[in-house]
Amino acid sequence: MNDNVTLMKGNEALAMAAIRYGADGYFGYPITPQSEVLEKLEEEMPWETTGMVVLQAESEVASINMVYAGASCGKAVFTSTSSPGFSLMQEGMSYMCASEVPALVINVMRGGPGLGTIHPSQADYFQACKGGGHGDYHPIVLAPASVQEMADFVALGWDLAFKYRCVSMILADGLIGQMMEKVVLPEQRPRRTEEEIRKQCPWAVMGRKDMRPANIITSLELDDDKMEENNHRFQATYREIEKNEVRCELVNTEGCDYLMVAFGSMARIAMKAMELAAEEGIKVGLVRPITLWPFPTKEIKEAAKNVKGILVPEMAAGQLIEDVKLAVECKVPVAHFDRLGGNVPAPEEILNALKNELIK
Amino acid sequence: MENNDIIKVENQVYKKPSLLKEVHMHYCPGCSHGVVHKLVAEVIEELGLAEKAIGVSPVGCAVFAYNYIDIDWLEAAHGRATAMATAVKRLMPDKLVFTYQGDGDFAAIGTCESIHSCNRGESIAIIFINNAIYGMTGGQMAPTTLLGQKTATCPYGRRADLNGYPLSITPLLAQLDGTRYVTRQSVHTAANVRKTKAAIKKAFLNSMEGKGTSVVEVVSTCNTGWKLSPEKANQWMVENMFEKYPLGDLKDNDAKKD
Repeated sequence: MNDNVTLMKGNEALAMAAIRYGADGYFGYPITPQSEVLEKLEEEMPWETTGMVVLQAESEVASINMVYAGASCGKAVFTSTSSPGFSLMQEGMSYMCASEVPALVINVMRGGPGLGTIHPSQADYFQACKGGGHGDYHPIVLAPASVQEMADFVALGWDLAFKYRCVSMILADGLIGQMMEKVVLPEQRPRRTEEEIRKQCPWAVMGRKDMRPANIITSLELDDDKMEENNHRFQATYREIEKNEVRCELVNTEGCDYLMVAFGSMARIAMKAMELAAEEGIKVGLVRPITLWPFPTKEIKEAAKNVKGILVPEMAAGQLIEDVKLAVECKVPVAHFDRLGGNVPAPEEILNALKNELIK
Repeated sequence: MENNDIIKVENQVYKKPSLLKEVHMHYCPGCSHGVVHKLVAEVIEELGLAEKAIGVSPVGCAVFAYNYIDIDWLEAAHGRATAMATAVKRLMPDKLVFTYQGDGDFAAIGTCESIHSCNRGESIAIIFINNAIYGMTGGQMAPTTLLGQKTATCPYGRRADLNGYPLSITPLLAQLDGTRYVTRQSVHTAANVRKTKAAIKKAFLNSMEGKGTSVVEVVSTCNTGWKLSPEKANQWMVENMFEKYPLGDLKDNDAKKD
């Protein structure tokens, strides 16, 4: 039996995967339903083993700025939160993207708006994918649909963040965060030494060793022409990411009559709905975006070529559906189904929606 | 003796610190920032910490501190400097980590971060410039604006019933277990400049030695915001600011006890 196979919650898998990745620091603030990330880290005491820093900050505002600082030093740092806390982090998200620092931010979504509910939701899709803070920016948004993917996307998120000097997000929901599944954890990697970080991130603020020219991390540029140039550079990076990093899973999309597009836990439920449909002789395929940004526009367009209609089940009141409609350029009927406020649908509800909205 | 006989390299007793860059500062003539910048550069140089120093600049007049002092810098969002410094110091405990913040940044929008960083005893040095006004944005009321003091957003003078009271934050910080050294200085005379320099040096050494948080408040002038000449601004500061913000050490855990 592999020692690395274990049963744990999605939130705990995030914590363990981060330690195993060789993370340098975590800064976070408790909020349901993701507090197990901080709890697990404090329980594991990685500062005793790998030297990783773990700090419970005074707020999400402080957490995200601690992450901003750590990322500016070239360190592998992250935070996790849930929806109301993620709202507080939007300023920091904007600053980090403007400063081109590599960070990992996790939002285990709960139902809003407002203080809302502590139960699962996907209603922060716009906020995560479209840049919830000010200015033109995008984080890479990864949407796990299992506890295994919670663990896997920690490493993927950081690798992409360091590759492009951008912010990566894991956009999960309370269901994935709280449910327990079998998970294979990665092998422990050593943390990078200061020398290795200086080599990998020559821009990092680590002190002027050997009196090298000073490094300054700032998002401020009062010269409009230079700021425009900065914006063009950010956009060029985003185009590069769109070209290289789209990820999605296609299930039964070959020869299907109807298509569903769903992510995260909703994709898991949609998969069951797909099986129920097959039992009734209805051929339904599923596109599961793994990167919500960059969005699998081409893949959805391709999969939708010969279908009679598309259903977009969401735990949001019509957010993902906008990107699906854009992908198919509204040439295929696209129907919406949702459960809101922390409610999670049964597969039968999705199948009924498919029949009612698209088959009639 | 002729002047030319005296002005020789071997007779030099004072020079600009090499870490202060050869650029024009954007600070107004008469502003205290220039003096404090020089002191920060001087102390880093004298302690031989140029390779280990990391500064966190604020939002406010000192936002461009990184253009003047030639070390590695982070530029924080408004109020978040001590949160950033917390992370930098925890991730790299061997570095000198300091913030440089104004009154709006440190004592209004950043109060939560300021208090909690001090309370956790982060081994960072905080240089806190208190000039009782928002200089960068054009002279609005600060948390430290005195009662009766006129600003762009209290044009008839600050009133307690409308605007609340001026906030003296350093005595609060001195009460916290995490602070090691809390002092209030000024730079309006040569003697005060020397005292401020000694305070900054102590604060920076505390950071290097991991001794907890040091806060150096510098009661400062903003002659432009105050609409006074540099000389009158100094006078106004002495006559009005020092009563509410008296100079001296508020806490020094390393001071010799009698």
